Amino acid sequence: MKPKKKTIGLLIYLGLLMIPLYWMLNMSLRSNADILASFALYPKDITFVNYLKIFTDSSWYMGYVNSIIYVTMNTIISLTVALPAAYAFSRYQFVGDKQLFFWLLTNRMAPAAIFALPFFQLYSAIGLMDTHIAVALAHCLFNVPLSVWILEGFMSGVPREIDETAFIDGYSFPRFFITIFIPLIRAGVGVTAFFCFMFSWVELLFSRTLTVTEAKPIAAIMTRTISATGLDYGLLAAAGMLTIVPGILVIWFVRNHMAKGFALGRV
Amino acid sequence: MTLTLEWMEWTVPTAIFCSTIILMVIAMTIWQTISPSLERRGFLPIPTTPGDRLFIGILGSAYLFFAWIGLTHFALWILLVVVVCWIIVVMVWG
Amino acid sequence: MEKWANNKAWFLVLPVVIIVAFSAIIPLMTVINYSVQDIWGPGQSVFVGTEWFEEMLGDKRLHDALWRQFLFSGLVLLIEMPLGVLIALAMPKRGWGVSACLVTIAIPLLIPWNVIGTIWIIFTRPDIGLFGAGINNLLGIAFDHTARPLDAWITLMLMEIWHWTPLVILLAYAGLRAIPEAFYQAAKIDGASAWAKFQYIQLPKMRGVLTIALLLRFMDSFLIYAEPFVLTGGGPGNSTTFLSIYLVKIALGQFDLGPGAAFSLIYFVIVLLFSFMFYQALQRVGKGEKG
Repeated sequence: MKPKKKTIGLLIYLGLLMIPLYWMLNMSLRSNADILASFALYPKDITFVNYLKIFTDSSWYMGYVNSIIYVTMNTIISLTVALPAAYAFSRYQFVGDKQLFFWLLTNRMAPAAIFALPFFQLYSAIGLMDTHIAVALAHCLFNVPLSVWILEGFMSGVPREIDETAFIDGYSFPRFFITIFIPLIRAGVGVTAFFCFMFSWVELLFSRTLTVTEAKPIAAIMTRTISATGLDYGLLAAAGMLTIVPGILVIWFVRNHMAKGFALGRV
Repeated sequence: MTLTLEWMEWTVPTAIFCSTIILMVIAMTIWQTISPSLERRGFLPIPTTPGDRLFIGILGSAYLFFAWIGLTHFALWILLVVVVCWIIVVMVWG
Repeated sequence: MEKWANNKAWFLVLPVVIIVAFSAIIPLMTVINYSVQDIWGPGQSVFVGTEWFEEMLGDKRLHDALWRQFLFSGLVLLIEMPLGVLIALAMPKRGWGVSACLVTIAIPLLIPWNVIGTIWIIFTRPDIGLFGAGINNLLGIAFDHTARPLDAWITLMLMEIWHWTPLVILLAYAGLRAIPEAFYQAAKIDGASAWAKFQYIQLPKMRGVLTIALLLRFMDSFLIYAEPFVLTGGGPGNSTTFLSIYLVKIALGQFDLGPGAAFSLIYFVIVLLFSFMFYQALQRVGKGEKG
C-alpha cells in the first residue's frame, strides 16, 4: 500500500503546482470586464481578445522580440567565453586558479540590486543605454560564471587521455577543442545554454533598469502595466502565459540532460 | 561610444584605496608565480594559501570598518593601524 | 589525477576575466567612489568621508530589512528543504513518469520572476483570486495581502515555496538517482524499514547535493527582489521591504547615489562572507566525492 500513498502525495503536489498556473490561464481567456464582474472557476465564454491585443499591438509583441534578442545574444557570448575558460579550470593548475574561480562565483551570488546603480551610470556613460547588447552584457555578470561552473563539471568528466592522444597526434589546440572536445561535451553545452537562457529570460532588475523604449523587454512592459492605473488583469494574464511558452519549449528539449546538470549541483 | 571616466567621480582617497588593493593582488600573483606556496593550517579553521589569507584579511577588515563606524566614534587612523595589524597577523599566522 | 601545471592557461581564462571584470570591477569601484561623496550632478560633488556609512549603518529601516531578510530566508529554507526531499523520494524512478514529472516540476523555475509575482497577484487577490476569494468566502477569514502585513508574508512565503521548491526537488532527485542499486539490495536483505533506508543510505548520500541546495536557496532568497516588488511593492507599510527592495528604492527610486552606494557596499560585504562559506563548503563536498 505504501507506493500508492507516495503517488497520491506526489499527485497532490503536482496539482498544487498547477493551480496558480491554471488560474492565470483562466484569467487570460476572459475579458477584463468579465473578470471584475463575476467570479468564475472556469471561463464561461472564452475570448481570445487579450491574446489578439498582444499579437497585434507592437508595443506588446516587440517586448517578446526584445527579450529573445538579448537572451540569445547573452547565451552566445556566455558560451563563447566560458568554453575555453572552463577547459582551463578543468585541466590546468595555474597561479590564482582557485581565487579566480571563487571571484567568478561571487558574481553569481552578488545581489543584482548592488549593480543596478553603477550599471545605469556605466551604460549611460558609454552610450549603450537602451540597447539589447547592454542587457546581454549585464546578464553576463551572472551567466558567464554560471556557464564556467557548469561546463567545468562536464569537462572534468572527460578523461584526460583523450586530450593527450590528440596532442600527440599533432592536433593544434583550437582544432582539437572544436572538432573533438566540444562534440564530446555536447550535453554539457546544451545544459549550459539552457541555464543561460533561463536566467537571462527570468531576470527583471537589469533589463528594466537598462532599457527605456527601444529594447524594452516583456518583463518591464508588464511591470509598468501593473503600476499604471486601471489594471487589465486579462491582458496581464495573457502576457504572462506567453512568457511561459519559450521556457516550456526549451525545457522539453533538454529534459533528458537536465537531471545530469542538476546532479552536478551547479545551478 | 566614448569612454570617459568622469561619471565614476574619482576622489584621491578612493583612488588610493582601490590601487592599494589592486597592487596587493598583483604583488601576490607575482610572488606566487615566482615561488608557489602550499596550503597550510594556521589559527584559521580551514587550510589556506597566502591568496586565501589575503582575501580573509581584506574581508575581515571590511567588517572591522563597519563595526568601527557603526559602534564607535574613534578616529579613523586608529582603525587603519588596527586593520594593518590584522592583515599582517592573518598573513603570517593564519 | 593531478592537473597539469601551466600558467599559459591564463590566456584561456582571459576573455572571461575581461568580460566579468567589466561588469563587476568597474561598477564596484564606482560604488566605492560614490559612497564617500555627496553627488548632486555630473562633476558636482563634495567629499563627505564616512558620513553615508554612518547614516546607513545607523539606519533603523536597514536594520529592520536585514532582520526581515534573515527571518524570511530562514523560514523559507525550513519549509522548502524537507518538502523538496519528501517529493523527490516520492518521484518515480523509471518509466515515462520521470520525464513528465521533471518537466512539470521545472515549469515554475522558467517563469520570469515578475510573472511569478503577477501569477500570485491574480491568484490571491480577495476579489478575483481563487486563493484569496476561497479563504475569504469559504472559510470566512478576512485575507488581503495588500492591507495586512501577516497576509502579505503568508502570500510571499507561499509564492517563494511554490517557485523554488522545484529546485530543491530536482537537486535531491538527482542525488537519489546517483545512489547505486546495490545499496538498496543490501538494505532489502537486511529487512531495513523505509525510515532506516532513508536515515542510513539516502540521507548520507544526498548530503552533497543537499548542501548545495541549501546554500543556493539561502543565497537566492537573500537576494530576492522581483517577486515581492511586483506582488507587494515592499508593503503594506514596510512589512515586506527586503534588502534588495530597500536598496533599489534608495539608489534608483530616490537617486540618492551616496547612501545607495554605501548601502550597496554593506550588502556586498555581507554577501561576500556567505559566498566564501559557500565556496568552502563546496570544496569540502568536492573532496568528499573524490575520496
